[in-house]
Amino acid sequence: MPAQSLELILGRQFMDSLSIPGFLVDTEGNLLFYNESAEEVFGLKFGETGGMRVEEWATIFTPMDAQGKLLPPESLPLVQTLQSKIPAHGSMYINNLNRERIRITVTAFPIIGRPDRYLGAMAMFWKSELP
Amino acid sequence: MKVKVWGCRGSLPAPGPENISYGGNTSCLEIRDGDTLLVLDAGSGIQRLGRFLDKKVKVIHILLTHLHIDHTMGLGFFAPLYNPDVEVHLYGPSSSSESLLNRIRKYFSAPLFPVRLADLPNHPVIHELDQSEFEIGPFRIKSEFICHPGPTLGYRIQHGANVLAYMPDHELQLGSANFPLDPEWTSGFEIAVKADLLFHDGAYSFSQYEQKVGWGHSAVRDTIQFAQLCQVKKLSIFHHEPTNTDEQLDEILRRNVEGKTFGFEIEMCKEGSVYEF
Ligand SMILES: [Zn+2]
Ligand SMILES: [Zn+2]
Repeated sequence: MPAQSLELILGRQFMDSLSIPGFLVDTEGNLLFYNESAEEVFGLKFGETGGMRVEEWATIFTPMDAQGKLLPPESLPLVQTLQSKIPAHGSMYINNLNRERIRITVTAFPIIGRPDRYLGAMAMFWKSELP
Repeated sequence: MKVKVWGCRGSLPAPGPENISYGGNTSCLEIRDGDTLLVLDAGSGIQRLGRFLDKKVKVIHILLTHLHIDHTMGLGFFAPLYNPDVEVHLYGPSSSSESLLNRIRKYFSAPLFPVRLADLPNHPVIHELDQSEFEIGPFRIKSEFICHPGPTLGYRIQHGANVLAYMPDHELQLGSANFPLDPEWTSGFEIAVKADLLFHDGAYSFSQYEQKVGWGHSAVRDTIQFAQLCQVKKLSIFHHEPTNTDEQLDEILRRNVEGKTFGFEIEMCKEGSVYEF
């Protein structure tokens, strides 16, 4: 396995130090890392799963709309960022560890190294229950 | 190839009677095969390299890891730059906004320096690098961004079957997840893996590092663990802190290696050392 680029390594290090849930993906959308706070939402441990191919983690993370209908991939901020290489933002519902439906808001942004190397994306998310 | 160390001090030249054995000049390595000359960094050590350089050399390739002053301060004092018969190529890291030429120009301008780049008999040829691979004569060179403030490259230089790796400024702890266990997530791994000779930042003792986390340098303890992870044959610890005397450098190395066995050679780099392989 070739080593990751510095920008992704630093992205992981940064995210690892945050208490807001976040994950890091490569240009194909393969999950490279998720932090401890994201572990609590996913109900998975990075130490146990390691990175996951896009097909694999897409089945774990099933985003829905308010009515419980599955959202098409192209409506998800992270997928949009991977396609457009620009930041994207949006809200959705997922089932948490206890199978409760929760509303989350996601901000995704691309990781573009010097001088113009597209390397992947980072997404941060947080619970955003409507009042 | 023949390699000579013209400077291995970090941050600031440190001449003085207490630094005789490791030397006081900042980063500069000469790598030669016949007429092909590579110079790694242009610290204060490059001044003496220029003075003692073989007059037959007409093309010089200077590879800068980054533009911190201790790696560029010797440039204006490198005599071949003023020789109309010599062609100098300057390589260095790309940044996201400003060209390498403009960043080097800042050095060759008031109030830092009296001579402008345009005043030199031959304008140096500028080459911007990022994750690059290229050849110069018999050398195959690979560059990669590594963990240090500002755009900074590590260099891997292959000559036949031999590999030299050079990362004079590199903070391993910040640039690695689960250090030193996971090569895939360790900055600089691809540069150093299985190198015959690795020159690597080991500016501090561990207690000095604890006071300077985030400054871009590594503790000798971490440097040794990195060399082990990369399975190098020989580690030459580089970028000595200017306040660390000969005696202190010997003591730092002793404390880190005493009672342990490593599958490779470890030394504190000395100005004037020559390696041939
Ligand atoms: Zn330096
Ligand atoms: Zn530096």
